[in-house]
Amino acid sequence: MKHLFFGGVHPKYNKEMSTGVTEFKTITPRQVVIPMQQHIGAPCTPLVKVGDKVKWGQKIGDGEGLCVPVHASVSGTVIAIEKRPHPTLGTVLAVVIENDYQDTAITSALPETDEDILHAIREAGIVGMGGAAFPGNAKALAAMGNVDVLIANACECEPYITADDSLLRTEPEHVLEGMMILEKILHPKRVVLAVEDNKKEAIEKIYAISAQYPQIEIRILPTRYPQGAEKQLIQSVTGREVLPGKLPVSVGCAVFNVSTFAAIYRAVRLGMPLTQRIVTISGEAIAKPQNFIVRIGTPFHDLVEAAGGLNDKTERVISGGPMMGMAQSDLSVPVIKATNSILCLLKDKNGAAENPVCLRCGKCVNACPMLLQPLYLYRYVNAKRLDQLEKLNLMDCMECGCCSFTCPGKLPLVETFRIGKKMLKEAKAK
Amino acid sequence: MKLTVASSPHIRGNFRTSRIMMDVVLALLPALVVGCWVLGIRSLWVALVCVASALASEALFCLILRRRNTVIDGSAAVTGLLLAMTLPNTAPYWLCIAGSVFAIVLTKMLCGGLGQNVFNPALAARAFMLLIWPVGMTRYAGIDAVTSATPLHHMVMPELPGESLLDMFLGNCPGSIGEISALALLLGGAYLVWRKVISARTPVAYLGTVAVLTLIFHKTGAPIQWMLYSLFSGGVMLGAIFMATDYSTSPATPMGQIVYGIGCGALTVLFRYFGLFPEGVTYAILLMNAFVWLIDRHTAPRRFGTKKGGAAQ
Repeated sequence: MKHLFFGGVHPKYNKEMSTGVTEFKTITPRQVVIPMQQHIGAPCTPLVKVGDKVKWGQKIGDGEGLCVPVHASVSGTVIAIEKRPHPTLGTVLAVVIENDYQDTAITSALPETDEDILHAIREAGIVGMGGAAFPGNAKALAAMGNVDVLIANACECEPYITADDSLLRTEPEHVLEGMMILEKILHPKRVVLAVEDNKKEAIEKIYAISAQYPQIEIRILPTRYPQGAEKQLIQSVTGREVLPGKLPVSVGCAVFNVSTFAAIYRAVRLGMPLTQRIVTISGEAIAKPQNFIVRIGTPFHDLVEAAGGLNDKTERVISGGPMMGMAQSDLSVPVIKATNSILCLLKDKNGAAENPVCLRCGKCVNACPMLLQPLYLYRYVNAKRLDQLEKLNLMDCMECGCCSFTCPGKLPLVETFRIGKKMLKEAKAK
Repeated sequence: MKLTVASSPHIRGNFRTSRIMMDVVLALLPALVVGCWVLGIRSLWVALVCVASALASEALFCLILRRRNTVIDGSAAVTGLLLAMTLPNTAPYWLCIAGSVFAIVLTKMLCGGLGQNVFNPALAARAFMLLIWPVGMTRYAGIDAVTSATPLHHMVMPELPGESLLDMFLGNCPGSIGEISALALLLGGAYLVWRKVISARTPVAYLGTVAVLTLIFHKTGAPIQWMLYSLFSGGVMLGAIFMATDYSTSPATPMGQIVYGIGCGALTVLFRYFGLFPEGVTYAILLMNAFVWLIDRHTAPRRFGTKKGGAAQ
């Protein structure tokens, strides 16, 4: 099939590992750790204090500016408010709640006007659940009157992860309903649900109900990493390219992950804030890979335990996918709103090279979806040639990992580019 | 349990240097087999001497300089084999050894090793050997083991060679060990493209340029035959498929690979028509090697997001 975006790679997807278990167990942790920052923007300030009784769905943190609130994901008692390890941000202030297993919940009133709906999306704490965690209401607000294409991202192009796939297999109507909610606010010309062609069952489930949603266009895309990256998805669906540093709205597009649409549906139609999500736990190092319905704030080790525990030879545990996820050193970190997967990997047999040098084979150039030349960027970062890094648009790198993945010399390309970007930022700051 | 905290990506592809080199060796085997079959078993000994001395010189170089031994990446074996492919099967063994040492030590290792050399080691060595021992490099044994002129020698006259086009295509003609069979080389090239070791851009641009130029500037009354003989004779096929696609000494950008292929093709025809030797492939590619960085620099892909009509309609 024709490649709709530039470059990309075909890793071994290993999706079938976690799709065998079709009953999703709900994890009910003894304690949840709710970080005050789970989104891009300003952190929340706790609204509760130690000793407070909280209900499931109660707002426990909020802030000003680009910020969405966080909620208690269980009912119980606040036992600590302190800095705790965070899967992506080091340590972050968190509210720790002891679960009373009562699940006494509170829901909010259902919104009616467009403005109310946007407010409800904010109040429900909705962020982009594909990984970026950009506040959902802010994205929708920026898109109002400025977009002609609304895209639901169900590509889930990272290997192993099947969280969005599981959502579509079990609750496709939540996703499509969520899309219709934003369709009514944004009035785009096209509403597209984009899914990679390796999710056969999910596609069947979508088609089974799609007749009720004639406005929604279902777009089956060839499986190729990073099809689900926002810029690449927009390119595949519309042919438009988002200049790096610009937002999708600059080319008239708004992209939300399917899990985000389902969360919008639950917030707007059921009055439920974002307090749980589907998380894939998978990889060769975990006994029973599967998907769980997980309360936000559940520590990673609770999931690891529920999935049968780790192999003794486990080398790394990753929050997110194998291409862009973050390796964790401490499994007490909690699942946050953007955590779609916990990946437990053994040592990668393809990880080391006999002679780790650049062959100039050019595979990285062919693989780069952002049209960069990783081999030269790598040289120039090592030589500290900031002028050349600027000229070759190092900052356009989105760290998708295609270059490192494809490099026969197994060079640490992405790692080096992070260092290079830091050098450029520091030079700019001076 | 100690968990490793390392940068993403956490998985790598199964592509590795040694696998690439193994694929190149495999891709060269059909041509080598034809060389042994048509020209005699001495072809195999020449190839083995070249490969062995290339491996030994890299190992010794690393040993003497107390460097990490890089022989296992397989690139020295490829260089040795490629060099052998360009030699007449009558080449004296000492010359083969001298050539391999030149290729590995002077052109590759002293330039910084794998990926750092500017000039193609096998071709640089061939140029060197041609210079110091022209007699040993240009005495071609015919099919009957008597020294004879290669088809390319006829074309200098200019006249069409006596061999039929089919014989030329299959390799039933005198010539260098690995250059005689266009079919075997094309098979090897197809294998490398299929295995994604090389892209077809450079070979297609190279052969296409030679085809177009020899068709336009044909030297006999039969332009099509002249073009086909030009493509099937000498080192054009080997050069286009195996030499001009050498990673270290060719451009890394897609557009650059096309520009480079065209340049190699044009220079090959130029040197063949106006040069001292009947063949021009070696010097064409070596000359283009010098321009690789310049080509890459000027053929960088456009920046993402700068396509015309990329904005909202």
